[in-house]
Amino acid sequence: MASKNDPFEFRDFDETGDLLIPSNDAVTISIDDEDLKPKRARSDVGFTQDAADEEPLIGDDREELLAGKKKSAPFWTFEYYQKFFDIETHHVKERILGSMVPWPGKNFIQVYLRKNPDLYGPFWICTTLVFVIAISGNVSNFLVHFGNPDFKYTPEFRKVSIAATAIFSYAWLVPLGLWGLLLWRSNKILNLVSYSFMEIVCVYGYSLSVYIPAVVLWIIQYEWLRWLSIAVALCLSGSVLVMTFWPALRDDHPKVVIATVSAILLLNALLAVGFKMYFFSQPGPGSVPVSVPVTKTTNGTSS
Amino acid sequence: MASDEETSRPFAGLSNVSISEEIPVEGDITVPTGPSTRDDEFSTLDEPVKETVLRDLRAVGKKFIHVMYPKRSSALLRDWDLWGPLLLCVTLALLLQGGAADSDDQGGPQFAEVFVIIWFGSIVITLNSKLLGGTISFFQSLCVLGYCIMPLTLALVVCRIILLGGTGIVSFSVRLAVVTASFGWSTFASTAFLADSQLSNRKALVIYPVFLFYFVIGWMILTFSPGN
Repeated sequence: MASKNDPFEFRDFDETGDLLIPSNDAVTISIDDEDLKPKRARSDVGFTQDAADEEPLIGDDREELLAGKKKSAPFWTFEYYQKFFDIETHHVKERILGSMVPWPGKNFIQVYLRKNPDLYGPFWICTTLVFVIAISGNVSNFLVHFGNPDFKYTPEFRKVSIAATAIFSYAWLVPLGLWGLLLWRSNKILNLVSYSFMEIVCVYGYSLSVYIPAVVLWIIQYEWLRWLSIAVALCLSGSVLVMTFWPALRDDHPKVVIATVSAILLLNALLAVGFKMYFFSQPGPGSVPVSVPVTKTTNGTSS
Repeated sequence: MASDEETSRPFAGLSNVSISEEIPVEGDITVPTGPSTRDDEFSTLDEPVKETVLRDLRAVGKKFIHVMYPKRSSALLRDWDLWGPLLLCVTLALLLQGGAADSDDQGGPQFAEVFVIIWFGSIVITLNSKLLGGTISFFQSLCVLGYCIMPLTLALVVCRIILLGGTGIVSFSVRLAVVTASFGWSTFASTAFLADSQLSNRKALVIYPVFLFYFVIGWMILTFSPGN
């Protein structure tokens, strides 16, 4: 639309300029030129920026328009949830990549979600992470004791339920708290940027995706490699989260900003380090398999 | 008669109303259908129990064959049933018992956990494909996902037989090969049935959860180790 209007405006302006040139003196011409040049330059810049923004994501725009036309269904109907699954394969790929590679100045919600948050990515990324952690925890436990004739490998299915509880509560409760906080703060301070609850859930879900390759790396029995991958994953997902929520927090009181950002980063770090400690702890050879049943039986008798 | 009147007169519809009302055709039609359905019921009631059971079992067995030769037929979709999935699920959960996992302290997959993972997992996958706009019905998808566990159940039977021989590296690698092959088979068979119900740009989104589901079941089978 804008690209079609611009040439017409120019033609009008040029014609009037041409008409004015023979009748007026040099001063007015120079003013005209001055008026023209910045306008042209400005519109050129604006046009190229628009084009750069829109070209790769034209399909999204169309979908966004269509989504805007849809009536909002009440939350107990199937259609209400269907709109959170209104995505295609390439969107999911873009979003996962965007959550793994933080780009300075690129806000995840504004660049990738574009008012169309999905639940597909968060849900399946969390589920994948649950099983990847449980499976690779089991595999690394097996590798630790590999070659030890006394050790008898038994699958620890308990890890699945613990990982599921931890991950799903992180991916739902933290966004809930953050959403409440943003809502409360936006009442006190006029904020131009406000995020919906689904957008925050979506960001948190996708920010977990970087842990999937990291956890697979944890199978390898090198402590330094594990801590390195934790550090890298923390930096990537933490910076995506902070950069996403920065515009919403920016105008707030500095104390609140620092507290919120540090809480976001701390919870993120707590999750990653907790996984490392719980699922990939290196037991001393032979000592832990004896001690674990003892603690369990005492628990069982007391409860 | 009616067609002639309609073509000849523009207000034929008005006269047709009175004609259709005065002939009680509909009453006559409904009366013979009643006894005929009752006859069908009597005929199924009359037949021996053995025949009824065998007919259902034959239908289940036919679907098993469809899973083993996954050509793009709609047999699994047309007349779905949940008997086959129930049978497979119970077999899988029962065969996963009696391992070292049953000892007090180690939590391997218990019967209920296997059962819940299979049913809850397939329900979630079905909801996922419905939410993505799939054209397949809820129970059709459950039926397909349930029946396609069969290669994995067979793999578990094979694994238990191999485990009788011993638990060395050779036995593990053979089990790994068997489970991988059956996992691939399950995924391939279910996608052959399910993929057509989805738009092409969303196929990967539907197939990925199915892949994860069978992967987890395959992992449970592979890591199963028998008790002493």
